[in-house]
Amino acid sequence: MDVRSRNHVTVTGRAGAPVVMLAHGFGCDQNLWRLVVPTLERDFTVVLFDHVGSGSSQLSAWSRERHGSLDGYVDDVLELCRELALGPVTFVGHSVSAMMGVLAAAREPDAFSGLVLLAPSPCFVDDPATGYRGGFSAEDIDELLESLDANYLGWSGAMAPVIMGNAGRPELAEELTNSFCRTDPAIARVFARVTFLSDNRADLTAVRVPTLVAQCSLDAIAPPEVGAYVHAQIPGSELLTLNATGHCPQLAAPEETAAAIAAFAGTAR
Amino acid sequence: MPGTGDPDSLDPREGRAPQEDRTQFSALLEDSAEDLYEHAPCGYLSTLLDGQIAKINTTLLDWLGYERGDLVGRKHFSDLLTVGGRLYHETHFAPLLRMQGEISGIALELKAADGSRLPVMITSTVRTGSDGQPLLVRTTVFDARDRRAYETELLRARQEADLERDRLKLLNTTLQKTLLPPALANVPGLDVSAHYHIASVDEVGGDFYDLFPLAAGTWGLFLGDVCGKGAGAAAVTSLARYTLRAASVYDPDPAAVLANLNTVLNHEYTGTDPRFCTVVFGVLTPDPDLGGFQITLASGGHPPALLMRADGTADYLPTPGGQLIGVLPDAHIATTTVRLAPGDTLLLHTDGLTEAHTIAGGADRYGDDAFLDFARSLAPTTASATVGAVRDLLDTFGTGVDDDTAVLAVHVPRPTGEEQQ
Repeated sequence: MDVRSRNHVTVTGRAGAPVVMLAHGFGCDQNLWRLVVPTLERDFTVVLFDHVGSGSSQLSAWSRERHGSLDGYVDDVLELCRELALGPVTFVGHSVSAMMGVLAAAREPDAFSGLVLLAPSPCFVDDPATGYRGGFSAEDIDELLESLDANYLGWSGAMAPVIMGNAGRPELAEELTNSFCRTDPAIARVFARVTFLSDNRADLTAVRVPTLVAQCSLDAIAPPEVGAYVHAQIPGSELLTLNATGHCPQLAAPEETAAAIAAFAGTAR
Repeated sequence: MPGTGDPDSLDPREGRAPQEDRTQFSALLEDSAEDLYEHAPCGYLSTLLDGQIAKINTTLLDWLGYERGDLVGRKHFSDLLTVGGRLYHETHFAPLLRMQGEISGIALELKAADGSRLPVMITSTVRTGSDGQPLLVRTTVFDARDRRAYETELLRARQEADLERDRLKLLNTTLQKTLLPPALANVPGLDVSAHYHIASVDEVGGDFYDLFPLAAGTWGLFLGDVCGKGAGAAAVTSLARYTLRAASVYDPDPAAVLANLNTVLNHEYTGTDPRFCTVVFGVLTPDPDLGGFQITLASGGHPPALLMRADGTADYLPTPGGQLIGVLPDAHIATTTVRLAPGDTLLLHTDGLTEAHTIAGGADRYGDDAFLDFARSLAPTTASATVGAVRDLLDTFGTGVDDDTAVLAVHVPRPTGEEQQ
């Protein structure tokens, strides 16, 4: 299978410039990067893609075996790097994708010139044994799955006419109606488990590529102490706390986020 | 207007004095915007962009059991959500709201002050300033307790239906497997390969094949297609398989074997429920002098076999005049005999392949001519390479293959040293 269409890859920006690869997290798709791309594409080759099972990826490529753990997604990312053959990339991973970047860089460091971990969390679930606080309990995750189920009814069909995009930005309308934040409920359930039940704390120390940990000021999903933990565990990493609030700085504060990515990717060559 | 200015005249439609209407209207007009907001039949909530609660109406405060001072300026919207709801909110709802400026019909649960949960439906819009920059988020909250109970029931029914569907798939797949040999027999001096393509997992298909030993070093093989699908077709398939196997033990003459099956189907399915099939039955006899095999094929209305020769040519082996098995009491069965020389490959198929739509949903079907060209491009080949190529071909059609497809290939390898791989 062609991995470009499998992951609905978009390559934009300056050809031949350093490469920035943007990986979306659980819940949405590459549209999440829409507001930072215009800034980044001035100085970089920008690679966007949808994880298998999200957005406009090929759902037929999704399998419970492969995508039942982060490793399957890491395989996908490394295959993308090989297939695109653009040389080492600065991988920007949002939320769960940050840990995909950590695992991918540990496995094939030469494929990466740097990592930007945007609102990362190596483990969402609290671990009383070590005193680690991720912010959630396993029961909380079950509640999320219930929320997904409850909203699936609303999302299918009845929801579509409402997701119309806003009148001021009509270019968003069509695309969003079809894909943005809409996932097959069966796939979303598995991805939710992969996202919120993975524990990659032990993998952080294996990272040997330049790393920027960029966290938000007020993030209900990845609180500041988690960002600090990631920074402490990755040797030589840089920690940046954005003014942006919430879990999606690329939407809440696109200029600030794009500037942070650009500044880091511009030096990590 | 009739009746205006005359307090005694009655409005013929209402039977009431207009003066009374006016009094009621003015009572309505006294419903100030402030009161409408505070005591609306839905909850109102305004939040800053970071989610901090800036304004909330009395209705929602009453539902949740909070005082205004508990929430305004002190709590964020996500603090009112269950933890699971908060995750959902942050990963789906908030990004979508940011991107689109509005979102509606989101199911969430709010936590009341006493710890109880209130199922709600939420609609939010982003209010922007004159410069287009987002200022705050306005949210309406509807009590969704009844609706949620209804949805939970729908969800349960859907999950049950999904489970049943999985069970049905499993049952069909299992049944399908029992109608095919678990593995093809190992015939000395012959390379054999087969493939069964299931077009629909919801119904058992009616294609079948087998390859098995007969007396004195000879081998029987057949491939057929029962009309229809589902349990009824599966019963005929099962009957056809065992009849063919048993009949060939008594008299291995291919035409006699098919005549036998024809009689059995005629006896079994009479009257209003005729069942019939197309079959090709062959007997393979090794040729000790020239090497290879001789094969005699009998066909009852089945698509002709394809012979791909060692010299790279390929042709159908027509068996004209063979009639459907199970329709007429005395069906005509056509036979042909051919030698399979070293390097030759014989391919049997069902019409699911040639009648496949080349593009899913399209009108064009693959057809016999295209299939012959396909065989010519393969020859000379082997059994496993042929079946592999057919599988790839079926893959390119995708869901355009709307009927089950069976293929069975036999190939006589060249003597060792000459083998072409």
